[in-house]
Amino acid sequence: MSQSSIYAPEFARLADVRPLTELEKLFTIELPGGRSLGHEPGQFVMVSVPGVGEAPISITSSPSRSNGTFELCVRRVGDVTNALHRMKPGDPVGVRGPFGHGFPIEQMRGKDLLFAPGGLGLAPLRSLINQVLDERGSFGRVIILYGAKRPAELLFRDELEQWAAREDVEFHVTVDRGDESWTGHVGVITTLFPRVTVDPRNTVAVTCGPPIMYRFVLMEMLGKGIPETQIYLSLERRMKCGVGKCGHCQINNLYCCQDGPVFTYAQIKNVPEAL
Amino acid sequence: MRLRILPKEAVPQLVQALMADYRLIGPKAKGPEFVFAPISDPSEMRLDYNITILSPKVALQPPQERVARLDLKGEPYVEPVVEAEPTVIFGAHTCDVHAIRMLDRAFTADYPDAHYLERRRQTLIISLECLQPCDEHSFCKDMGTLTADEGYDLHLTDIGDAYTVHVGTEAGEALLEKYARTRPATDEDMRRLNAVLSAKWPRFTHRLDFDAAELPAMLATAYEHPIWAELGDRCLACGSCTNVCPTCYCFNMIDSIALDQTEAVRVRRWDSCQLDEFARVAGGENFRHARAARQRHRFFRKGKWLQERFGTTGCVGCGRCIRACLVHINIVEVFNAIHGSA
Repeated sequence: MSQSSIYAPEFARLADVRPLTELEKLFTIELPGGRSLGHEPGQFVMVSVPGVGEAPISITSSPSRSNGTFELCVRRVGDVTNALHRMKPGDPVGVRGPFGHGFPIEQMRGKDLLFAPGGLGLAPLRSLINQVLDERGSFGRVIILYGAKRPAELLFRDELEQWAAREDVEFHVTVDRGDESWTGHVGVITTLFPRVTVDPRNTVAVTCGPPIMYRFVLMEMLGKGIPETQIYLSLERRMKCGVGKCGHCQINNLYCCQDGPVFTYAQIKNVPEAL
Repeated sequence: MRLRILPKEAVPQLVQALMADYRLIGPKAKGPEFVFAPISDPSEMRLDYNITILSPKVALQPPQERVARLDLKGEPYVEPVVEAEPTVIFGAHTCDVHAIRMLDRAFTADYPDAHYLERRRQTLIISLECLQPCDEHSFCKDMGTLTADEGYDLHLTDIGDAYTVHVGTEAGEALLEKYARTRPATDEDMRRLNAVLSAKWPRFTHRLDFDAAELPAMLATAYEHPIWAELGDRCLACGSCTNVCPTCYCFNMIDSIALDQTEAVRVRRWDSCQLDEFARVAGGENFRHARAARQRHRFFRKGKWLQERFGTTGCVGCGRCIRACLVHINIVEVFNAIHGSA
């Protein structure tokens, strides 16, 4: 017998696959009939490789640039993502979603924005950053502090150059360890914070990165006086359903897939397993 | 209250008749114990059982089920698979009736789960009033599940040579009319029923040292309690407690592909928050690596979080996790210890 199921993916097609680094590729996905995914920045999809399995991946493209496709920036790290990396344009991928609470962009309008992505944490933030840049007039300052381990791990280098070149974006980038060709700043992401001064009450801060990074980045943000309710984080968890059932993503009594993946620091600061 | 009388000698015939039209899930012997499993002969039905290893959850959320089929021959397409068939759960104790109500809420909330809900829609529940505790581990009286006012289609109470039958739903009434030879209850039946019911309560004792309504508030202050480390040292992380729990419903999804790669199936299987990889992400980070944290997670789900999320108890006091635990972790002792140290 057949009826709709929240666990049955829809088949979409890989429109484009572009390597970004040794470990990450950018996948452009086209839904049947060129339909728009209809996502908010910060939401995720469950992506299936037929016969291999499914994984939650944040959407990296901005809704403002959907054009009948959406993009996922994927690091090859597990079974599904390694299989995805072996696929080529035209191949079918399963998609469920978009799921979860994204960034509340309406509440960010008129505010100064401080983005602090670390490493692969740029992927979900890029969705928001590009939407903000596409509607640049309705936001205050746009400050981006981006940190990666090595120069070779910097994602979206062409876009980073554009951001760096724009006068209406304050862009700072750092790497933990440089190489022969690197002439920029060297140091962990927190070493970028002294470079900027913010008006804390009018600033919304957004961060995403490896768990170890949050504690230190949050200290910097709080140290600048930004209220806890104006600091947003996107968290990663294991997910098998994406819709609040399977239990894997539970953070105490919060479900990362539904209550998140975007949380304010105020929401999670007293939730011990969150960070 | 409309009561009918089902003579005990009419039960085998009822079971036989239901078997013809339904998948009949009832208590049957498994070695020296009992399980809820498909009944294929009326003689297998053991309404005198005390407690089952597995709860009737197995009928509604099976340990393994297909949820989708992926056809990969030409243009790939996905076909949802809902494995459901007309089912009667026969002889569920009231703790399990309460547990099913919790599962109903979990699978209905936000994104309704067609797989569970279709099985549930096609399932009738004939429950059984408990007249004595299953064993020393039962704490249903503490959890308020010693009886049930709703959640069943028909409810039986043993009054000696017959059962009184309380009709809970129209579907239950139709089932009774079609399959069972019953008669209206007489004044004498009602007198016997009242005697049986008033005699049962003293047989059950409170095992929690406090009112279970205090559990969420009590746990709220016990997150850093030393008992979690103690339990973490003992726990073998085998997952038995969650397998036998009637309100545990966490699952894994597994895709497997046919050898010739022409089709794949997506299978849902029971999973357990007690297993090490449950909260581990692909990059290696594990958000509940310590067994102590996983034990705490289970107790908080049972005593606090499910209650807060679904407004109904996350633990029904059946005691199955106590019996199943290889290292004698005992939820009653844990809750009492926390209460005693407050």
